[in-house]
Amino acid sequence: MTFDPEFERRVDALVGRYPEPKAAMLMVLWEVQREKGWIDPESEAWVAERLGTSPAQVHGVVSFYTMFKQKPMGRHHIQVCTTLSCMLRGSDELMDHLKTRLGIDEGEVTADGKFSLVRVECLGSCGTAPMFQLNDDYHEDLAIESVDRLLDGLD
Amino acid sequence: MERVLTRNIHKENSQSIEVYEAGGGYEGLRKAVTSMSHGDVIEAVKKSGLRGRGGAGFPTGLKWSFMPQEKTKPHYLLCNADESEPGTFKDRLLMEQDPHMTLEGCMIGAYAMRADACYIYIRGEFVLGARVLEKAVTEAYAKGYAGKNICGSGWDCELVVHRGAGAYICGEETALMTSLEGERGNPRVKPPFPAQAGAWGMPTTINNVETLACVPDIIVRGAAWFAGIGTDERNTGSKLYCLSGHVQRPGVYEAPMGLPLKELIHDLGGGMLHADRPLKACIPGGSSVPVLRAEECDVALDFDSLAAIKTGLGSAGIMVMDTSTCMVKALHRISHFYAHESCGQCTPCREGCGWMERILERIEEGHGLQQDIDLLKNIADNIEGRTICALGDAAAWPVQSFVTKFRDEFQAHVDEQRCTVQGATYA
Repeated sequence: MTFDPEFERRVDALVGRYPEPKAAMLMVLWEVQREKGWIDPESEAWVAERLGTSPAQVHGVVSFYTMFKQKPMGRHHIQVCTTLSCMLRGSDELMDHLKTRLGIDEGEVTADGKFSLVRVECLGSCGTAPMFQLNDDYHEDLAIESVDRLLDGLD
Repeated sequence: MERVLTRNIHKENSQSIEVYEAGGGYEGLRKAVTSMSHGDVIEAVKKSGLRGRGGAGFPTGLKWSFMPQEKTKPHYLLCNADESEPGTFKDRLLMEQDPHMTLEGCMIGAYAMRADACYIYIRGEFVLGARVLEKAVTEAYAKGYAGKNICGSGWDCELVVHRGAGAYICGEETALMTSLEGERGNPRVKPPFPAQAGAWGMPTTINNVETLACVPDIIVRGAAWFAGIGTDERNTGSKLYCLSGHVQRPGVYEAPMGLPLKELIHDLGGGMLHADRPLKACIPGGSSVPVLRAEECDVALDFDSLAAIKTGLGSAGIMVMDTSTCMVKALHRISHFYAHESCGQCTPCREGCGWMERILERIEEGHGLQQDIDLLKNIADNIEGRTICALGDAAAWPVQSFVTKFRDEFQAHVDEQRCTVQGATYA
């Protein structure tokens, strides 16, 4: 498998930031996930080759960090914080609403591939609870109505 | 009270280097690298009384002085921006709103310890923070505050933003180094300490974002100025407090070290969320530290005042719970967190955290056994102090304190096979 030259240049620049190539692991995996939407076994092998380590080592890393996707997820990936401060401000009710509205359980993707829903641990947004992360962005101080408006507006 | 750490965050374009410089930004770095020796900087930080803001409260100047005085190999400074302790969201504010204050602190620290590079390890979820920092780093290089010949002093140091990818344990300093090297985030046994053999086996120091953000003002305004703020000479400086839970106005508040907890809740935080639901419990330092009952909450928020009542300031994440809170459910949620985040290296933590979570789940669901409460305490006691890193302690302390201080409520859950807390809703 190959990536385009622009991708290769980005990887080279990242590797150059560290005393050893392997240290660029997380940053290169981020690039892979941005390019492909998830981290597939072929990409793990490519990263291993590029950083001078083994595919098993790379898979060990991918499976350790919760943000690396080991399968394709929805176009709109919803990550609901349910840790204590969010729980105290209604994150369980928020999660229940999302499950009902999307018709999926935690960890699942809607049949059309539009949404996926996961429960995550504290996102460091406790002062604006409840909240979720939608792809890269935080949405804070959520209420059922504001969530519905937000999701209605997504294509 | 003068705002120090948050003085810029409400300015327009507070993230830009021009705004930061206009407010006196980077004068501390310039002063350090052009008129102070490495030792002078460390001495100033020692005299300021600054203690680490990440959780442990270790004296920062002392930590810096552990780095080798004779330089024989590369030195590294790692800025710990992996803010993940439940209840904590202060570093995020600093990085997203005023990144240059942290960057300046990084570069002063790097100079003091003769670092060749400073890596800022930011948690993967903080995508916005990482973007803001990346832009700020580019600006700092363009202005000569990072890279070659910094401020014309002849000193070189690289500054790099590195993203994590979702793992609480990487906020533990040795796990952070392992993760930075491209591995699973497993903590390491100490010794060797990072200052002897840290990242890539080289002398390394790890400091929290807020800790480093305190440094520029210590250099510009002097150690005595910083030491004059706070409770006493062991609890100094301006401090960011993260207030969450059942209060009217949750958020980050800056106040002198030693702010009374009741003042934070009732004055700055606007009081309890519901007028008819008084304070029941409060966790004062992020979910790892022992919980306080309402009657224990007349306390100053500083390292030693909280240690005196057997809890801790930790990362200053103050989580407020009112009388509608079911303590079994609250503890179950906390224990779920540590079970999820245990790296799995040490048997007491890997097995114990999951075991405690399962016991709490059955008590909460009304299937608790009479022996479960003592069993929880027993498991926690056998995790504490028996693991490579402090995650084991962090998982044990909430369990020990909840079941001891709210034993009646756990007992009622087991006896009645249901929750007996009046109005236990969470909206």
